[in-house]
Amino acid sequence: MKKSFLFLLVSIVSPIYLLAQIAIKAEIVYPVSAAPIKDGVVLVENGKIKAVGKATEISIPSNYKIYESKTVTPGLIDARTLIGMSGVLNIPVDQDQLEKSSPIQPELRAIDAYNPEEALVKVAREYGITTIHTGHGIGALVSGQTMVTKTKKGNTDEVVIKPFSMLAMTIGHSVSEKFSSPGTKAKQISMIRAELMKAQVYMKKMLDKDSTKHPTFDLKMDALSKLLKGEVKALITANKAVDIMNSIRLSKEFGFKLVLDGAAEAYRLIDEIKKANAEVILHATMARNEDDMLNMTRESASILTKAGISVSIESGYEGYVPKTRIVLFEAGLAAAYGLTFDEALKTITINPARLLGVDSRIGSLEVGKDADITLFDGDPFEYTTNVTTVLIDGVVVYDKIK
Amino acid sequence: MNKIKFFLCFLCIAVNASAQQKPVAFKGALIYPINGAPIQNGILVVQNGVILSVGNDEKAIPANAEVILVNNKVIMPGLVDTHSHLGGPEGGDYSNPINPEARAMDAIDPTSDGFKKALAGGITTINVMPGSGHLMSGQTVYLKMRDAKIIEDLLFTNEKGVYGGLKMANGTNSMRSGSGFPGTRAKSASLVRELFLKAQAYKKKIEKAGKDSSKMPERDLAMEPLVEVLTGKRVVHFHTHKSNDILTVLRLSKEFGFKPVLHHLSEGWKVADEIAKAGLQASIIVIDAPGGKMEAINLTLETGAKLEKSGVPVAFHTDDGITDSRLFLRAAALSVRAGMSREKALEGLTIVGAKMLDLSSKVGSLEKGKDADFIILSGDPFSIYTKVEQTWVEGSKKYDISNPADRAFLTGGYGVFSSDRGEFHHHGDEEEDTKSGN
Repeated sequence: MKKSFLFLLVSIVSPIYLLAQIAIKAEIVYPVSAAPIKDGVVLVENGKIKAVGKATEISIPSNYKIYESKTVTPGLIDARTLIGMSGVLNIPVDQDQLEKSSPIQPELRAIDAYNPEEALVKVAREYGITTIHTGHGIGALVSGQTMVTKTKKGNTDEVVIKPFSMLAMTIGHSVSEKFSSPGTKAKQISMIRAELMKAQVYMKKMLDKDSTKHPTFDLKMDALSKLLKGEVKALITANKAVDIMNSIRLSKEFGFKLVLDGAAEAYRLIDEIKKANAEVILHATMARNEDDMLNMTRESASILTKAGISVSIESGYEGYVPKTRIVLFEAGLAAAYGLTFDEALKTITINPARLLGVDSRIGSLEVGKDADITLFDGDPFEYTTNVTTVLIDGVVVYDKIK
Repeated sequence: MNKIKFFLCFLCIAVNASAQQKPVAFKGALIYPINGAPIQNGILVVQNGVILSVGNDEKAIPANAEVILVNNKVIMPGLVDTHSHLGGPEGGDYSNPINPEARAMDAIDPTSDGFKKALAGGITTINVMPGSGHLMSGQTVYLKMRDAKIIEDLLFTNEKGVYGGLKMANGTNSMRSGSGFPGTRAKSASLVRELFLKAQAYKKKIEKAGKDSSKMPERDLAMEPLVEVLTGKRVVHFHTHKSNDILTVLRLSKEFGFKPVLHHLSEGWKVADEIAKAGLQASIIVIDAPGGKMEAINLTLETGAKLEKSGVPVAFHTDDGITDSRLFLRAAALSVRAGMSREKALEGLTIVGAKMLDLSSKVGSLEKGKDADFIILSGDPFSIYTKVEQTWVEGSKKYDISNPADRAFLTGGYGVFSSDRGEFHHHGDEEEDTKSGN
């Protein structure tokens, strides 16, 4: 009796409480998928976008709670970060992004380490970043898996959108710094090739109709098979031109889908990248331009976009202060260095949504998509503009006024 | 032969003189002189490396002046960065936590392309700090961004007759396992107190000796800069983040009677009133996100606003390579985002920093007689879309965005920067954190 009453209460109250119906009015709504709307309205119902349009064309039902702002964008997406894995304290107990026991560990799952309560996830959320692609870090040939998650609170299984998105790989100076072997570039590539060849054999055996001939299930080989079958992409951190070319060569040899990450010198290899159909995530350019990122330029996003390459921007990885960059700031800088406003906004919304394969749910303000929405009190990219309200799945997760 | 030498010499002087003598008037910009209200359609006249006049009266333009039209631009003083590591200042090594005798000027590469970043960011005066990772990393050095071959070309002597301060630190920065290094905060404070007691005694001996050189104590390289601190000639620049560590600095300041500039202040917002009451100045760092080390986990963009509200003078710094000199204006802009007034934020980039270095009689505002250090901006100083178009130091243009070679230092690109810049390699054991990626 008591139990059923409680159930009744929860089932009646919680949808109303959690999924309040909301109307957002703004001087400019940027749907990203369509032209900006002056004096626009976005209606949110049951966690989804119900309507997007001009205030004159959309009537707001009387039971809707109204939020007003200057500008509205889709919830922002960080195409690649380590937050939730690499914690704010930067001490061993909160650093779970890089396991150094072996340079190739594709079996390591991000979902087993991600901490939705991490302080930096909150920081990102309050800058309007509602989805992140996070997971294992840079510095190992294959450091592990990545995942796509909303930045809301809750246990990982509830907030995650894609538990296994890509295999995080690194080619370059940082790997040889962290492992005694590989110590050279040539060794790095040979080790990756050897492991992928093993996976090819494993995969072939697994396809045998006679199940008695299947090899023993192997976590490592299984993860690499998913890469070879195209179920997940390779996210290869490669900054110098030579390392980018190595990534392209590997992708060609083994036929896997390649996402170039960091890509500081991608502007030197435009034709090669296009020919290889590689996707690109550019590292935050406010990062220190040392080591492999020495030749980074603030104009990369502009140069690549003009060449017809779809660019996503990532906060990437920071080993020191600050512990993370903020993609909102980084896209703004890209807008100040050659991208148009609309192009810059795409680098942290629809472009990463497509790259991550989640564009049916997020990345633009369209009817039926998740109600992940960020409200600002001015031009979203201006230094002096503040995020005022953030919604994830139709729920207000940050409100500056409060 | 001698004749040729003489002729060459004469040529030099002639070229120099002609380049210097003709006044240059910049006309039409919105001028932020900092010491007064903004001037619409302003006119800035400079000559011989100094400012002749600032205002909006056409009559102030001398008849022989070259007039440069800068309509729709913004002019403000060259920026003052109160804490940077450009040029590779190093400082003390890890044989000892206390290195007052180590001078940053002995390590800095004056031709480092790091300084090009400063010019691209509109910075014309820099306090380059040694360290970090010591209770006392060494003597800092005040530099003007002139052309340089040797460090002396850059030295900027202040009103007290010195061209640097003394870098100190507390908190976890200087706690490490090494010979003589403190393992705790209390030990850190006690080591510093002992040192200042020693310096007081040394100072007393000097005073007692008076003009009698036979009674003078033996020269002591470590004690000399400390005596300068005790007499107020040399300023202590004190790295301190957490509120308890800040209060320790306040206690040291009171006990030994020196007035340090407080640097970084991640938790300055917690003790803003105490800082104000102690009459100390704040040089703050503005960073995108908290964390990366324990001292910085409570860092917020609101620090500037909270300190301003309590009445603490606030300047900004880059701590380059922690933040990028090319984005120095951004530090102030983000502070405005978080509630600081535009006026105080502009002062924090200029005159407040100049005062901290005892250089405000020469730089930090656009006033008659001050050094002709100024920047020409494409728009509002706090807009992300604004670019520093030109940086002028002592009347000569040192950076021009329309020059591709200069612009490359703003954007970066292939082969623009050399890999041996010094600003990234100063953070002692913290560097290990950076490298380990762990």
